[in-house]
Amino acid sequence: MSFLPAVITGLALGSMYGLLALGFHVTYAVSGTVNFSQGSSMTLGAVAGYFFLVLWGWPAAAGIPAVLLVCAVYGLLIERLAVRPFVQRGSDNWLMATVAVGIIVDNVMMFVFGKEPRSFPSVLAAKPIQIVEGAGVYPLQLLIPVVGLLLALALHLLSRRTRHGVAMLAVVQNPNAARLMGINVSGAIAASYAVSAMLAGVAALLIAPLFNVSSEMGTLFGIKAFAAAIIGGLGSAWGVMLAGLCLGLIEVFATNYLGSVYTQIITFASVIAILVVLPHGLLGRAGVKKV
Amino acid sequence: MTALSGQSARAGEALTRGATIAIEEINAKGGVLGRPLELVRRDDESNPAKGLIAARELIQREKVAVLVGGLDTPVELAIVPFVNNVKVPFVVPWAAGTNITRNGAPSNYVFRVSAMDDEVDKAIVQFSRKTYNAKKPGLILVNNPWGESNEHGLKAALKAAGIEPAGVEKFEGNDVDVVSQLSRLKQAGADTLYLVGNVGPSSQVVKSLDRMGWAPPIVSHWGPAGGRFTELAGPSAENVIFVQTYSFFGNLSPVGKRVMSALQAKYSDIKGPADVTPAVGVANAYDSILVIARAIEKAGGTEPTAVRDGFYAIDRVDGLIKTYEKPFAQDKHDALTAGDYIWARFEDNHIMPFARN
Repeated sequence: MSFLPAVITGLALGSMYGLLALGFHVTYAVSGTVNFSQGSSMTLGAVAGYFFLVLWGWPAAAGIPAVLLVCAVYGLLIERLAVRPFVQRGSDNWLMATVAVGIIVDNVMMFVFGKEPRSFPSVLAAKPIQIVEGAGVYPLQLLIPVVGLLLALALHLLSRRTRHGVAMLAVVQNPNAARLMGINVSGAIAASYAVSAMLAGVAALLIAPLFNVSSEMGTLFGIKAFAAAIIGGLGSAWGVMLAGLCLGLIEVFATNYLGSVYTQIITFASVIAILVVLPHGLLGRAGVKKV
Repeated sequence: MTALSGQSARAGEALTRGATIAIEEINAKGGVLGRPLELVRRDDESNPAKGLIAARELIQREKVAVLVGGLDTPVELAIVPFVNNVKVPFVVPWAAGTNITRNGAPSNYVFRVSAMDDEVDKAIVQFSRKTYNAKKPGLILVNNPWGESNEHGLKAALKAAGIEPAGVEKFEGNDVDVVSQLSRLKQAGADTLYLVGNVGPSSQVVKSLDRMGWAPPIVSHWGPAGGRFTELAGPSAENVIFVQTYSFFGNLSPVGKRVMSALQAKYSDIKGPADVTPAVGVANAYDSILVIARAIEKAGGTEPTAVRDGFYAIDRVDGLIKTYEKPFAQDKHDALTAGDYIWARFEDNHIMPFARN
């Protein structure tokens, strides 16, 4: 594959990682915690989408909001059951609890959906466009980076330019002070988890037509998205999206020039290398605790 | 003893049906040595540990004369040392891992009536040369032990044929995009692709080829046969030619006609050959039971070691897949070889024969 097709393929792949990784950013920015099983949230979104849109044939105008609603409710549940009880006690056990919830969800999906992968057709992933010879992409693959960057922009503006956004950022810096200032701290954190799961739902709906829906589709994706979130700097929406794109490019270039045997080795070695040079990620800032 | 639940439930049902038809046929003729055959089933849930427990129970509690396996190579491999240890014959009607039968045990109780990876790999090379005049095949293999096993087999088969592959590329079972791997093979001048992967990963390869606008001949192991390949891979699914042991389509042998009508009579959901899916499971299980019955006859009883030697003594069995002439010997525990395989592809949702190897 020559240079340009590799870039196009890499950006299309990387924007999927970035999109899912935004979900890590949202909760981290507000609460300093994340849902480690973001990949399972994506599986949930894809399975819900499969039922609503493919199996029951709902129109997109009803099916897509329904998927996002399912995800939002799931996000609220995760926060209430797997994060809040531990954070309140000052324990870090939410780390394990969110992983555990993810495993439970994966297995429930296996019951509901079965182990057999199914297809998720979409008009946007039917006929590839040949941008340059040998690098055909589906229209959907061009839509994903656009959606990802728009969402990153929206999150950035929301948190820096609006009263609600600034209030949410205050929550992570000092929850008690924020509470005294009249900010609804637990509401803000719960909302961030709902948004995080909805982002996973958006990612699921965009990725599923390129992939197949299966009960284990989110696992590897979740890990790569987490890598993107860490490289980007968990606190920065732009950084996360940028890191996703970098990860996609590294993966494609490693495969392209060295061979697929080396893909995972090079990709994850790069993750470590980047973090050694930039411990706070590409655009993250060192956490300063003011006393 | 096979997977009767989960992803492979349909495969387990196919094995059950093939075995049931054979057993009813034999029992109608008075059974084996005057005694009727009986099928006792256990579910291995595609899990090696559960498979071993089930095998132990069947042998020690149910005291089965012969154990019949299932379709997952890891499960069969977990059982192989156990059956060789307790010396009970074990017939594998599906799983293709080479070292199931070539297990290195001094006294080997494992037999197979199915395809075997090494033989499939030889067949893939032969078929691609004959049909597509392949001179520089590219290998695209799933990154797991199955892909690994076939990498060895395919490389050995290519070496024997004096062919240098264009390249060997691996992909993850849940990769979304295989374009870069395939592009490398294309650039290296691959004129044919050899594909090893289960149905999901195989469909990702086909979709990536669609995006690239590249349509080389694809010769595959039987992975695509295990699911809804056309639904997952789209219309280009029919470009993939894969190996099978049997098809109920076309001109059937007398045995084929007999089995087909027995299946239709017993199972109301079978209207025609397209409903016998996966056909491989039904056919392999049917032939396995015929072979087992003959081995017990030759042994003159169900004493396990005598039955094992009975397998070696089989002179002729009129099976569904072929007529077995001396199918087993001390150094030959696989009844089927490369020459017995057929080639098939999906047309809509049906597996249709492509050409005789």
